[in-house]
Amino acid sequence: MELFTNQILAGIATGAIYACMALAVVMIYQAIDHLNFAQGEMAMFSTFISWQLMQVGVPYWGAFVLTLVFSFIGGIAIERILFKPLTKAPILTNVAGFIALFAIINSSAGLIWDFTIKQYPTPFGSSPFLGSQLISTHQAGMIGVTVLLLLALYFFFQYTRMGLAMRAAASLPESARLVGINTSWMIALGWGMASAIGAIAGMLIAPVVFLEPNMMGGVLIYGFAAAVLGGLTSPFGAVVGGFLVGIFENLAGTYIPGVGNELKLPIALALIISVLVVKPAGLFGRHIVKRV
Amino acid sequence: MSAIENVAPEDQPVEAVPKRAMTIGSGTSFVVLLLLLIVPLFAKNFIIFQLTMLLIYGLAVLALNILTGGSGQFSLGQSAFYAVGAYTTAVLMEHLNINYALTLPIAGLVCFAFGFLFGQPALRLSGVYLALATFALATAMPQLLKLNFLEHWTGGVQGLVVTKPDAPFGLPMSQDMWLYYFTLAITLAIYIFSVNLLRSRSGRAFMAIRDNEIAASAMGVDVALYKTLAFGVSAGITGVAGGLGAIAVQFVAPDSYTITLAISLFLGMVVGGVGWLPGSIIGSAFIIFVPNIAEGISKGLSGAVFGVLLFLIIFLVPHGARQIAIVGQQLIGKLRKN
Amino acid sequence: MFSARTLRTATLATAVVALTSGAALAQKKYDTGASDTEIKIGNVMPYSGPASAYGVIGKTEEAYFRMINDQGGINGRKVNFVTYDDAYSPPKAVEQVRKLVESDEVLFVFNPLGTPSNTAVQKYLNAKKIPQLFVATGATKWNDPKNFPWTMGWQPSYQSEAQIYAKWLLKEKPNAKVAILYQNDDFGKDYLKGTKDGLGAKAASMIILEESHEISEPSIDSHIVKIKAANPDVLLIYTTPKFGAQTIKKTAELTWKPLQIITNVSASVGSVMKPAGFENAQGVLSAAYAKDAADPQWNDDPGMKKWSAFIDKYMPGADKTDGGYVYGYGVAQTLAKVLQMCGDDLTRANVMKQAASLKDFTPDTLLPGVKINTSPADFAPVSQLQMMRFKGEKWELFGDIISGDIAAD
Repeated sequence: MELFTNQILAGIATGAIYACMALAVVMIYQAIDHLNFAQGEMAMFSTFISWQLMQVGVPYWGAFVLTLVFSFIGGIAIERILFKPLTKAPILTNVAGFIALFAIINSSAGLIWDFTIKQYPTPFGSSPFLGSQLISTHQAGMIGVTVLLLLALYFFFQYTRMGLAMRAAASLPESARLVGINTSWMIALGWGMASAIGAIAGMLIAPVVFLEPNMMGGVLIYGFAAAVLGGLTSPFGAVVGGFLVGIFENLAGTYIPGVGNELKLPIALALIISVLVVKPAGLFGRHIVKRV
Repeated sequence: MSAIENVAPEDQPVEAVPKRAMTIGSGTSFVVLLLLLIVPLFAKNFIIFQLTMLLIYGLAVLALNILTGGSGQFSLGQSAFYAVGAYTTAVLMEHLNINYALTLPIAGLVCFAFGFLFGQPALRLSGVYLALATFALATAMPQLLKLNFLEHWTGGVQGLVVTKPDAPFGLPMSQDMWLYYFTLAITLAIYIFSVNLLRSRSGRAFMAIRDNEIAASAMGVDVALYKTLAFGVSAGITGVAGGLGAIAVQFVAPDSYTITLAISLFLGMVVGGVGWLPGSIIGSAFIIFVPNIAEGISKGLSGAVFGVLLFLIIFLVPHGARQIAIVGQQLIGKLRKN
Repeated sequence: MFSARTLRTATLATAVVALTSGAALAQKKYDTGASDTEIKIGNVMPYSGPASAYGVIGKTEEAYFRMINDQGGINGRKVNFVTYDDAYSPPKAVEQVRKLVESDEVLFVFNPLGTPSNTAVQKYLNAKKIPQLFVATGATKWNDPKNFPWTMGWQPSYQSEAQIYAKWLLKEKPNAKVAILYQNDDFGKDYLKGTKDGLGAKAASMIILEESHEISEPSIDSHIVKIKAANPDVLLIYTTPKFGAQTIKKTAELTWKPLQIITNVSASVGSVMKPAGFENAQGVLSAAYAKDAADPQWNDDPGMKKWSAFIDKYMPGADKTDGGYVYGYGVAQTLAKVLQMCGDDLTRANVMKQAASLKDFTPDTLLPGVKINTSPADFAPVSQLQMMRFKGEKWELFGDIISGDIAAD
């Protein structure tokens, strides 16, 4: 029983990583109606920028804010320079563009900062949280930030003109243009925000998994899975999805005899696909009725 | 977010390619075939090996093209079918001593069944959801191949070494050259089969589903059957390619069939032109040669150079090599008129 | 008309000419890839893809031979080091190695990295009788001169290292409850096997948990929680640097202090112990055969000073804490020694023969007392290790230098 609760707690702690990344995934999906395969690498690059800033003596929160600004502008720049010219191209060509971007960022980071793992500081400390050794103060802080981010996103998309405009631009671009929304800039803005949220995710994840160019490879798969499970249109779903995937995975690894440990990722993914087969829009996603 | 049901026009992720535009004229085909037949006679064994790999990846890209370009379903999991085909061939050859040529149809059938079954749950998914499901399959495959209880057959993490066949009937050619012509024959057979498939009733059903699933179903197309069938056929061809790959490389291991392979095949399809079958070979050339070019430009930044080259290609020809072919045809047409 | 006599003289003369020219050839013998001015060597490395962290090894070797060439080459010949990217994919490795052999026409293939890639090309290279020299992997199968006379390893094998830990446990902690965390690939499984072989009959009773993890997992916290629940006294960590650091850090966060032994692959002071936190790493055990550049105890070591000068001059800006730079230097220096011993007989057979005749050779980067020895029946160049314990900010070596040769099955 103790192992059971421990694994759930550990699952929540790891799930916070996935939830954070899933939020960034949902953000970009809201903006461009697609998954961005380079999202993890963009987050990794931002995290390296903040690390570099701290290396030259900028205090944590200063580096944090500067990195957010950098990521926001960087995200917009990437959209304007690389993806705006592809607006008219087929969607699959855009996906190829994401893959190209992935390769460029990963390889450049490796050349600039090497592949050795680097320690990354946390503002929350890493002592046991509320006496539980399973969740450290850092992980508790991470959950807190994720929830705050979730609330902020919820209000942004639900109650601000900008957020509503962005959703409109992504889901019904033509109608959005008709009501006077500059859809092209909405997309750029979406890239900027997704990039900034990704940067937060990266800076929170790095103290746990260590900073290195390949640090987001595994995280992104889980982030996608979490976002899809929760429903790509729902920030709330993405966070719940993140925690569920974390817990799922740990329980599968601990309790399924024989293959459980070796196959915990495949089992978690199979479960998600089963959920999708029953609920194609994810647990909390809104259902879209298709017409001819 | 909200529970309000949104109504959206149906996604059409893959643009409609008319079926005649999916192939090339007989004159061009003849020239390409002649080149494929003659070039190896004057090339070093290493080049022949590269050409063999070109055909093999070409087949795998073709298979993906049938699935995506034909039926509009998106897959990032082709490496899984490729792996199953490769392991089927390797295990049959090395453990059961079955002739290499006989293992290929078996690999094809096994993968057809696997793809058909995978197509069942995938039916309910589309767009990014299907992408995730197939992505999951590709990620899981190397882990499945390593499983302890399969280790006796698969060799576990160590993989299996495959023996390369000699040319039969005492033909005076090297193993590499024999394997090349053998692969070429199979590739041609599958290419002709694919072209005819897409021109047939089934092919029209695929394309109707691709262009508008709801309309297709209203017209009486059995959407479920044809979508799973497309998965099956695509997986089957990929499996044959995997089997050939195992023989050519003489080795199978979990590390050979990671998500990277699935992504490469996907890129090959985009570069060749989605839905344009002859583009598959151009896409395959991209997979094999562009990383080598990138590496030649810079070792430390080979990944970045590769990314930049890929961006250049999709900026210049967002519809892939098909675009060049169309422009070329129009030019020839104009010249003829003048 | 020729008399019989003149004919005989003519034959004799031809024979003499043939003999003398034969003697001249014996002084200078070349196979493809070698000439009076150049020795061409091939190599494949993962410069891109998931294992690109190891790319620094190839870059170090390239720089090392640049240094050799600046110093006049080997026996007057320049080394031409051709290296290609295989992205850690066996099919790509086959393509690149064939390109090296058939298109670039190298004399031999040196230090290709990774067990899968090397397995993929082993049969091909042996059939063509081309040396596959000093492969960059620690699998036991490279020490198999009977079946694969053209393949030779370099570093101590993973299994022999694991056996050293097992023997140490049998002697010091015979009643310990042991848990093993290993990476689910050829590397992790070799260590697992070595440990079990080393513990012998006691393996079943001593090992209470074998936990594997995938390299694609972002964090291995859940595995540590599971291992802790089994309550072992000893934790063997057979995983790559990132996960090694995570393990040491996580056990400390759980305020759990089992005796931890970590594989030599992940024993780097700069890229494992420091990120994991020095305070968390106190008392961790490992074994080593090479010096660690980030370990202050080698600051005044003449060998490491030479290494450091080399890095400063030929690879400015390199992160010296990365073990790949030390590894690449050591293995390149071993090759330079072999080529020197080859003299003017640069045939593939002689390269293998000389590589199998190394006697007490000590590259600058190996631990004091660790020597390279090979023979026609022993294709395991570095086979000695010394155990060490982490204290303060460095490793403290203890015990004897242990030889851990195992031949392939």
